Amino acid sequence: MLSVRIPLYLNPGPGMKLRQYLKKRIVPEAVDRQVDRMRKVTGSLGHDPWGFQEDAAKIGMTLVRPIHDYWFRVDSRGEECVPDEGPVLLVANHSGQLPLDGLMIGYTLANRARNPRLPRAMIERFFPTVPWLGNLLNQVGAVLGDPANCARMLENGEAVIIFPEGIRGSGKPYRERYQLKRFGSGFMRLAMEHNATVVPVGVVGCEETMPAFGNVRPLARWLGVPYVPVAAPVVLPSRVLLRFGEPMHFQPDPEMTEETMARHVDRVRSAISDLIDQGLSERERVF
Amino acid sequence: MSGSAENRPTLLVTGAGGALAQQVIQRLRADYRIVAVDFREEVWLGPDVASYRVDFQKRGFEDLFRRYRFDGVVHLGRIMSSQGTRMSRYNANVLGTDRLLSLSDRYGVRRVIVLSTYHVYGANAFNPALIDESYPLKSAGLSMDLVDSVELENLATIYLWRNPDLNITILRPCNIVGPGVRNTISNLLASHNAPVMAGFSPMMQFIHSEDMARAIETAYRQPHTGIFNVAPQDWVDYRDALEACGCRPIPVPSIPPMLPRTLLRALNMRRFPPYLMDFFKYPVIIDGRQFAQRFQFEPERRLETIFRYYRELRYQS
Repeated sequence: MLSVRIPLYLNPGPGMKLRQYLKKRIVPEAVDRQVDRMRKVTGSLGHDPWGFQEDAAKIGMTLVRPIHDYWFRVDSRGEECVPDEGPVLLVANHSGQLPLDGLMIGYTLANRARNPRLPRAMIERFFPTVPWLGNLLNQVGAVLGDPANCARMLENGEAVIIFPEGIRGSGKPYRERYQLKRFGSGFMRLAMEHNATVVPVGVVGCEETMPAFGNVRPLARWLGVPYVPVAAPVVLPSRVLLRFGEPMHFQPDPEMTEETMARHVDRVRSAISDLIDQGLSERERVF
Repeated sequence: MSGSAENRPTLLVTGAGGALAQQVIQRLRADYRIVAVDFREEVWLGPDVASYRVDFQKRGFEDLFRRYRFDGVVHLGRIMSSQGTRMSRYNANVLGTDRLLSLSDRYGVRRVIVLSTYHVYGANAFNPALIDESYPLKSAGLSMDLVDSVELENLATIYLWRNPDLNITILRPCNIVGPGVRNTISNLLASHNAPVMAGFSPMMQFIHSEDMARAIETAYRQPHTGIFNVAPQDWVDYRDALEACGCRPIPVPSIPPMLPRTLLRALNMRRFPPYLMDFFKYPVIIDGRQFAQRFQFEPERRLETIFRYYRELRYQS
């Protein structure tokens, strides 16, 4: 009797079995080991409070690898500038309608040979309302872009990907490509409060993955999404260049005025602008 | 060694018909003279426990305070959000608690534990994870059916500050599950098929009823007042929880949001009430570290133990 009951209890349900099946079938040993090196604080069943799931991350990393290597042929430089441990804010320019820039930055650091890190991307507030996609993003490590979430991540010593332009950057039309939009200052406050290192990242190439020529605002309002771009219905295989800049540190100062804060934000913004220029000058062709 | 009935402090426990209250009574009966009350039934809990069926609003309830001169109150009784009408829940949970606390104050009660719920935070897509006790209670704005839960808490908070001699501690636990627990989530985990919102599987926390009973006992025995979340440092998503319990998830169409709401209202399933729908779409993950640190409390039963109970239950049935 006992021999029947024990396997039944240990037997996970069909959804869990599917994840385990996929992990067994498609995840190479190298990816399995790589993710294990970046161990997160998870509960007894492999989840963290934000929905990250170790096996899902392994599957996700396996699926992103060909997109990173063969579709976008990502050329990254300076990823060693990201500290091996401790709280880090990876601050980048946002572009290309879809959050592919975050995905590529995340994969690049997770695939780093020396001390890989699995950064957490702060995602737009509408993603959790989208069925399947919201859960999927959470499972591979993305987190709702809320300052409280970001603060907790930094307290846990995580690397966090931030796009201070928000949807102003990702939803901009193709004619405004590589023009940095206004940066929010929230990330700077968090960096100071949690003594986090700021690493500027310039992303070149994502602007051309889905060039948009307009935005159907009424449809976006009706659907409850930030924008509905008039764009190619496919993601184009443009080459993506990632340029990581030198780490920046900002000392907390309780007397700091908004003006000083804005100057600090501008320093990061101009570092990103320089990195974009560097990427554009080094890019030989778009596709 | 328990003292004689006369020497022991007297403790009023409400909601005695529930599994949690009975586990709390079991833990405290050696050191306290327990008086158990329930508005549904008179529960037999042994010769040493006086048990009554009472309505807090009736005059007879005050007689219990006169007769027993309670030292402490553990308030666990409430009509759950899946039971009764809004009005009956409001009367029992809010006005009833008001009477209980006002009598406690009048008759010199020195320690009160009030059981609240994490539902007071409300489920919405923009909740951060690890919500702490200072987070706004949004559920009243999201569903009229949870107004009584928030009002009960607000009332207890008013008494907490206005009547410091009552030494009130309010506990906001995550999902309480385990043997005998008959709330919505426990019934779902125990069922063969359970509805899930298609495309959504929020993170959830579960605490075993034995652990929760120990948390209440621990809180009662220590003098710290205030409001505390009670939850383990362990998380699992809803679908995985169902599947780990051997329960088959049945997807309910989730978009547009009007569709599942209309569908669930039409079906009017007690075990999947429409106003709790958002708790099955969006996570409400609370941070129980403050309670754990202040009261030196850590749940003993892991998720595997909890889910194994439900699998065994199904296997036996």
